[in-house]
Amino acid sequence: MTIFGFRIPIMASLIVWAILWDIVGRLDLVFLLPPFSEVLGAAVDLVQTPSWQTATVTTLRSFVVGMGLSIVVGIPLGFLMGRVRLADDLLGMWVNIFSSAPLSALVPVLMILFGFGERTIVAAVFLFSVWIIVLDTRAGILHVSPSLVEMARSYGASRKALYGKILLWAALPEILAGVRLGLIRGVKGVVIGQLLVAIVGYGALFETFSRNFRMAQFWALTIILFAFAMVVAELIERVERKVEYYAGAR
Amino acid sequence: MMMNMTAARPLSPQPTAPDAIVEIRGISKTYGADVEALRNIDLDLPRGKLTSLLGPSGCGKTTLLKIVAGLIPPSAGTVRVAGKLVEGPGPERAFVFQDFALMPWATVLRNVAFGLELRGVGRAEREETARRYIAEVGLVGFEQKYPHELSGGMRQRVGLARALSVDAEVLLLDEPFSAVDEQNRRKFQEDLIRLRSTQNKTFIFVTHSIEEAVYLSDRIVLLSPRPGRISGIVEPNIDRSGNPDDIRRDQRYLDAVEEIWQGLRKYVE
Repeated sequence: MTIFGFRIPIMASLIVWAILWDIVGRLDLVFLLPPFSEVLGAAVDLVQTPSWQTATVTTLRSFVVGMGLSIVVGIPLGFLMGRVRLADDLLGMWVNIFSSAPLSALVPVLMILFGFGERTIVAAVFLFSVWIIVLDTRAGILHVSPSLVEMARSYGASRKALYGKILLWAALPEILAGVRLGLIRGVKGVVIGQLLVAIVGYGALFETFSRNFRMAQFWALTIILFAFAMVVAELIERVERKVEYYAGAR
Repeated sequence: MMMNMTAARPLSPQPTAPDAIVEIRGISKTYGADVEALRNIDLDLPRGKLTSLLGPSGCGKTTLLKIVAGLIPPSAGTVRVAGKLVEGPGPERAFVFQDFALMPWATVLRNVAFGLELRGVGRAEREETARRYIAEVGLVGFEQKYPHELSGGMRQRVGLARALSVDAEVLLLDEPFSAVDEQNRRKFQEDLIRLRSTQNKTFIFVTHSIEEAVYLSDRIVLLSPRPGRISGIVEPNIDRSGNPDDIRRDQRYLDAVEEIWQGLRKYVE
């Protein structure tokens, strides 16, 4: 974007919105919206508190474990559905239902199954993120050029070589797209899970802040979460672009 | 007439040439319930020669090639390569694909060495072999490039180098030049003639281009469509030792092209 001949970085629009927020906040129209500068100050203070640090460790741990499970289960399941017709027929309907269902409604069930603790959060992250990884991996496998598979077969590829040297690489762009979307959904899962359980990690903090009307801290925490989700997605997108470059001419 | 025409004569049983490396016996292929791609094909392919399978689309020529490759199982009949029954792909056969079938994430060097990689040949050894064949097809300097950085003609040279480097006796080429532009195709055809004289291999070449078949082949098997059957065999007997440009002006070349066209035109009218 250029204004009056100056190149403006894309994120610059955020500054406009931050200033607008600050002005509205200073007008004191709604107590829900403190000025942005105050929120920033709160964020700086917040990250120094032990309660935030413990909550972050807990949250990150649930997120990483849940995502790890999703990837470890989702990619092989997608491979299976992409390669075996029977598996696709059996599982396809369920994967599609779960990937578009309002999964928040299931979190209370998870609480009954896994208790009021981290395990429920991990299960929520998994439940939110795994389906899109399965679907995208499946799509990637189905789009692998048949002649590439024939090529591997004609040069005597074993089953292992076919999967490890051809299918995985040929489907990698779609798999990574699935993982990126899964990560974004996983952030949703961790937040919704923690909010509903309300005594773990960020959920407990949100609960405290909103119950005591500490809006500056509330928004600070929200912004930190948003920033985290965006950074994670951006990182995967960079890897994706690199892969697309080599796999682009398919 | 110096051509050895066996066209229009009944062809079964095929004269079994003593030097046949590929023996096709009674091959039929039916897709699904009623799509008959090939019907009762008997054919011997002589060792060290370039044989083309030529015919209009729908004549099953690619299907026949893939059956010989072991990529498609026939509905009936057998194929033997060097006396051994074909039950799947094997190291004595190498395939060149119409759409190149290169791995876009791998360099030219790795793509060419891939057949050897699958056979468990060590890295240093397979890359040395690959470099030799990369030079053979005229791609020196492109070893570290990726397929998307190459033109169609160059990509198919990679496909050919890959097939050559596994040192198979029989090379199966499925319309290798159909996705290559005309200028590159001519250059590539000339290079193939030169390669043939240095590599002591049997080539089976599928094409729908009459000129290409006559230009390159020792023997041309004409297939008729729906279902695919052998309708004739032409041996153009062209001397290819001289300037490749002279071939297209050779009377035998022109006669053979005309002869084949007369034989095939009824299928397009």
